Amino acid sequence: MTSHTTTPLEYKTEQSQMNILGFWVFLGAEIVLFSTLFASYFVLEHNTAGGPAGQDIFILKDVLIETFILLTSSFTSGLAIHSMRNHDKKGVLIWMIITLLLGAGFLYMEINEFIHYVHEGATIQTSGFTAAFFTLLGTHGAHVTFGIIWISLLLVQLVRRGITEKTSSKLFISSLYWHFLDVVWIFIFTFVYLKGMVM
Amino acid sequence: MSLDEFFVTGDPLILASQIAIGLTMVGLIALITYLKRWKWLWNEWFTTVDHKKIGIMYILAGVLMFFRGGVDGLLMKAQTSRPGLDLLDAQHYDEIFTTHGVIMILFMAMPLLIGIMNVVIPLQIGARDVAFPKLNAFSFWIFFAGAMLFNLSFVIGGSPDAGWTSYFPLAGKEFTPGVGNNYYAISLQIAGIGTLATGINFVVTIIKMRAPGMSWMKLPIFVWTTFITSIIIVAAFPILTIALLYMTLDRLFGTHFFTVAAGGDPMLWLNLFWLWGHPEVYIVVLPAFGMFSEVIATFARKNLYGYKSMVYAVAGIAFLSMLVWVHHFYTMGNSAAVNSIFSLTTMMIAIPTGVKIFNWLFTLRKGRIEFSTSMLWALAFIPCFTIGGVTGVMLAMAAADYQYHNTMFLVAHFHYVLIPGVVFAVFAGLYYWWPKMFGFKLNEKIGKWHFWLFVIGFNMTFMPMFFVGLDGMSRRMYTYAESTGWGAWLGFSAVGSLVMAAGFAALCYNIYWSFRYASRNVGNDPWNARSLEWATASPAPHYNFAVVPEVENLDDFWYKKKKGTLGLKKSDLKPVHMPSNSWTPIVLAGAFGLVGFFLVFEWIPLAIIAAVGIVVGLVANTFDYDDGYHIPVDELEEEEREWRGDLQ
Ligand code: HEM
Ligand SMILES: [Cu+2]
Repeated sequence: MTSHTTTPLEYKTEQSQMNILGFWVFLGAEIVLFSTLFASYFVLEHNTAGGPAGQDIFILKDVLIETFILLTSSFTSGLAIHSMRNHDKKGVLIWMIITLLLGAGFLYMEINEFIHYVHEGATIQTSGFTAAFFTLLGTHGAHVTFGIIWISLLLVQLVRRGITEKTSSKLFISSLYWHFLDVVWIFIFTFVYLKGMVM
Repeated sequence: MSLDEFFVTGDPLILASQIAIGLTMVGLIALITYLKRWKWLWNEWFTTVDHKKIGIMYILAGVLMFFRGGVDGLLMKAQTSRPGLDLLDAQHYDEIFTTHGVIMILFMAMPLLIGIMNVVIPLQIGARDVAFPKLNAFSFWIFFAGAMLFNLSFVIGGSPDAGWTSYFPLAGKEFTPGVGNNYYAISLQIAGIGTLATGINFVVTIIKMRAPGMSWMKLPIFVWTTFITSIIIVAAFPILTIALLYMTLDRLFGTHFFTVAAGGDPMLWLNLFWLWGHPEVYIVVLPAFGMFSEVIATFARKNLYGYKSMVYAVAGIAFLSMLVWVHHFYTMGNSAAVNSIFSLTTMMIAIPTGVKIFNWLFTLRKGRIEFSTSMLWALAFIPCFTIGGVTGVMLAMAAADYQYHNTMFLVAHFHYVLIPGVVFAVFAGLYYWWPKMFGFKLNEKIGKWHFWLFVIGFNMTFMPMFFVGLDGMSRRMYTYAESTGWGAWLGFSAVGSLVMAAGFAALCYNIYWSFRYASRNVGNDPWNARSLEWATASPAPHYNFAVVPEVENLDDFWYKKKKGTLGLKKSDLKPVHMPSNSWTPIVLAGAFGLVGFFLVFEWIPLAIIAAVGIVVGLVANTFDYDDGYHIPVDELEEEEREWRGDLQ
């Protein structure tokens, strides 16, 4: 470890610096996107039109497990980036695969949760509230799905090419994305589920 | 669905267009095949990642859309030119003002401005391209896919008809069951992706790719306005994305975001729409301010007066633009307190705008003004735009707006802002940067015909609308009775729109004439200008600058020209790195367009099948490790020698 102690590998080329900055700007747009979803949710939250409200359907235990799974996956993706900086390809693969499995587990639970709601009579067409709820959650879930596919493709590239300036910046960016989804989830957990259950 | 539901039938106007579109398509395809130009088109244009070519394609698309939107405008003017006419029935009039508004703002103003930014910004900051050239190509193609999808509505399925603002509940399935408003939701969504990507691209380009020495306060003002515009794009477009998503879900999947039934809230649409829509107005007008500043400084032969205050003014306008959206619905039952607050924030925008106007005037003061065509546009802009601004302040007063709201007064106001602010700017910019794009000037004499016809026609068209508006003529009114007494005003206005159309025709003729006859000998700096884009050849070579320039001053090129230190040393030449062409952007955008089309008709299984195309394109893209290529030194040397004469 001589020269690369100063700048991390993923920041080595000018193009990757730009890619990373560009991704931060993109995340700025994503923040606006999710803020809009949240704001609309707050507007429509109480418009249940005689259908079920949040406290009628949310199940705290399941949501807690989902939260736990997703938070852990954020941690493991951090470990993957740590391994990447240590040029430990196997470590990256292992931690990222664990991350993806956790992500898939989260999705599995979320889909079950949705099926449960539909059985309770809360479909996306039921009311203003359900429309906003399912769209907010669904957008987050779609992001997670996209992330799983994307990171899987990056892992294929990692296996083929090893840890290079290019693969490392791609992986780094994908981990930023993954952390972002985690942050969004924390807001969902707090302002949708917890708030919905007490209010 | 039967065929006559699919194609719009029963209207001779539309039938004629269908035939015309069909024949044009067949004719174009035959012509390109006959000239054996397919390969050239594909290699040089469809797969290009060169910012200058992408810019030119944007401009071409924008001019075409200006034509379409302009014809819509003329039709409306014809319909109201005399009381009681029935050239267009009410439904048709609804469709036309809707497509007119959408096309003018999103498919005419945006691409023309983004096109000029694309051509100019990398050159002005001394860069070889934008930060993400392939993404840039994708932005263009997806914008184009969205625009084409929107235009298709005219002949296939029926146009949207709820206004460019598409207020609910009118825009919901209950009141407009056809596919028209599906087109609105989906094609704007598709084009919006491209705009957002452009915003991100320019933010990074301007932060990261400025030539060495070009600190923030040495940036040309057009770069500043583009930078701030790009930030507004990033901050505002995701709101539109969500609003359109809700609209799509409401219309296609029966949700209740904006309905009146089942807990939906139509006011949510208004808030989201204008939270995006008001900043959008500034997205189109700020770059225009930047262009005028460049043109005025160049043709007054002075540096821009109050450069720093100009920058702060732009930033201030951008910030305030996010805080005023409620002024679009003062009359819809807000409390007096809410209306007052938004009335204040709205009027505050007049302050930085005033600063800018005074800066332009002071730049002109004691300048050696050269009345070139682009300068004329800039000069005409100032008084016309001021009329728009002053009437804007009138509208900003909440109490008074109960009188003006949704009248022709409003329509006149925003045309007085948008046409001088955007269209004049684009014209000024086209005349000014044309040599940089094509290596020859547009004809100045025809240019002046274009200018006078258009400016006179513009004032004739829209000035009367203030008066009929104050007299109570409401917006979107397709006909009126003789007894209103508006006939004379509106007849005059219709004649004005024809004069304006003649101005546009003069521009088209100018382009044709100049392509054929204009001198190809204009040198790299035909206007004796101030900023870096003029330091390289005209048209700019594909690598922009053989050696990245070093910047010491604001208006660096001007100072170096004065000092005579512009030469290029042979020993400084190094191979230049260039990005490779790529087919993914156009193919991916095509897939988006196809998915969009199927969604419009609510053919969900087909849409899912087409979506596979998007996935394939994205996967291909992430596996793309093409690092581009290098232009060798002797090739650079040869190209530079061609326009510089000899190298040192
Ligand atoms: C070419 C000359 C133009 C003519 C003759 C024209 C004419 C008109 C007329 C008559 C209306 C009012 C329709 C009605 O409410 O009954 C209108 C609406 C509108 N125009 Fe223009 N216009 C022109 C150029 C533009 C430009 C350059 C822009 C924008 C950059 C623009 C943006 C709009 C918008 C947003 C509306 C509102 C549409 C709606 O109500 O949904 N127009 N135009
Ligand atoms: Cu506004």
